[in-house]
Amino acid sequence: MSDHDTEDHLEDIPLEALPLDAWHRARGARLVPFAGYEMPIQYEGIVAEHNWTRESAGLFDVSHMGQLVLSGPGLDEAVEAVLPIDLSTLKLGQQRYSLLLDEEGGVLDDLMVSRWPEALYLVVNGATKWDDMGTLREALPDDITMNYLDERALLALQGPKAADALARHATGEYPLSALTFMKFGRFRIAGHDVTIARAGYTGEDGFEISLPAEAAAEIADLLCGEPEVKPIGLGARDSLRLEAGLPLYGHDLSPETSPIEAGLTFGINKRRRTEGGYPGAERINREIVEGTARKWVGLKIEGRLPAREGAEVFSGAEKIGTVTSGGFSPTLGAPIAMAYVASEHAAIGTQLEVEVRGKRLAATVSPTPFVPHRYHRGN
Amino acid sequence: MRYYTDEHEWIEVEGDIATVGITDYAQGQLGDIVFVELPEVGAMIEQGKDAAVVESVKAASDVYAPITGEITEVNPALEEDPALVNSAPEDGGWFFKMTIADAGELDGLMDEDGYKAFLEGL
Repeated sequence: MSDHDTEDHLEDIPLEALPLDAWHRARGARLVPFAGYEMPIQYEGIVAEHNWTRESAGLFDVSHMGQLVLSGPGLDEAVEAVLPIDLSTLKLGQQRYSLLLDEEGGVLDDLMVSRWPEALYLVVNGATKWDDMGTLREALPDDITMNYLDERALLALQGPKAADALARHATGEYPLSALTFMKFGRFRIAGHDVTIARAGYTGEDGFEISLPAEAAAEIADLLCGEPEVKPIGLGARDSLRLEAGLPLYGHDLSPETSPIEAGLTFGINKRRRTEGGYPGAERINREIVEGTARKWVGLKIEGRLPAREGAEVFSGAEKIGTVTSGGFSPTLGAPIAMAYVASEHAAIGTQLEVEVRGKRLAATVSPTPFVPHRYHRGN
Repeated sequence: MRYYTDEHEWIEVEGDIATVGITDYAQGQLGDIVFVELPEVGAMIEQGKDAAVVESVKAASDVYAPITGEITEVNPALEEDPALVNSAPEDGGWFFKMTIADAGELDGLMDEDGYKAFLEGL
């Protein structure tokens, strides 16, 4: 028996422990190498954890992600030269999805940007954070300070009951319920200063909590002490985000993909689409107008055999694309996948085939998310 | 007589037919199994070569033939209910039956005590 798993193999690099390492082990997690850390892949099982998050609330340790704070004179202008974001419309307390692009418009990372007083707070992917810091440091003027918050942990509490559970512990100038999707604020939990953003990576309502690393175990215990909350591993995080149609960097996005192909045009803020002035703007702004040769689409696959990353997509005899993420959807009870396909085959309802170990599986281009998002946008 | 491999397969030998499956440890490592791809009846498979593929929510894993032989039967229940491999791995969740081309190959496998000791050493 052996895995032909496509996860990055990082055995040669010494793995670091997350702040909650002992906490995960004590709760029966199985730990695997991921992004240079030992991370919990699962506790009781991926499907049980997946379903629990969709029905109740799950706590995810995402402390491997990079938390960066940028500050200094002319901050907005400096950051706009690096990211295709419109910071003039990003108000204090707001968070926005953005993209770190190379000069050719390829994706170096996808990230969140939040407006703090006199600063911008960024959350970047764990596997790319060191490269990102290099790219940002290189591109930003010397008088812009970049702080890597390596003494902060990051926990995500996700699911329809996340708000109820968290509201019992988070106190601040205003109630937690005042936060709507993609807003953040400062709160206190058990006497510790935390920032909470109403956002996540599961398609459910939920929160991302940045907290001091030394308080992580205490706060994780507190939240998992609530009847609605269980710890959830990376395995369910992946199946949840796939159902939500959200891309995973290094799989669905890479320097070889443009954000327009990936359907992430919203990550290029409106003013920047005409003004440009960010890395790769020429290609990106052209693609927004003219379209792209291929598109990232959802596929529903007939039968029960999942098509994984790397599986080839066909229209008749012609190879027209490649799966970038795929697996079995616990919510739908069927295999689903995301793939880049030639744009002429990207319309919803198009019948295609995916090849898995020499077998052709019937696949239909399907709307994403596969499972509807349930973000709390307020009224 | 039941034998085990270091790839976490079990082989139950009755007369000249061996029934093959994966161990409880293996199913626990794989997690929720959603699909099992079984070999064709009549196929000759050499020891150590790919015989089946187990798809969990997370990943696909190969199952190797623990001995050389011809596939004589596959478990029809796994098509409808692949989760049988999770719930009854060393019983109702068997994968396939095969002939024993070279009984000498069995000598290289572990017995139950040997496999238990092997697991403790992991």
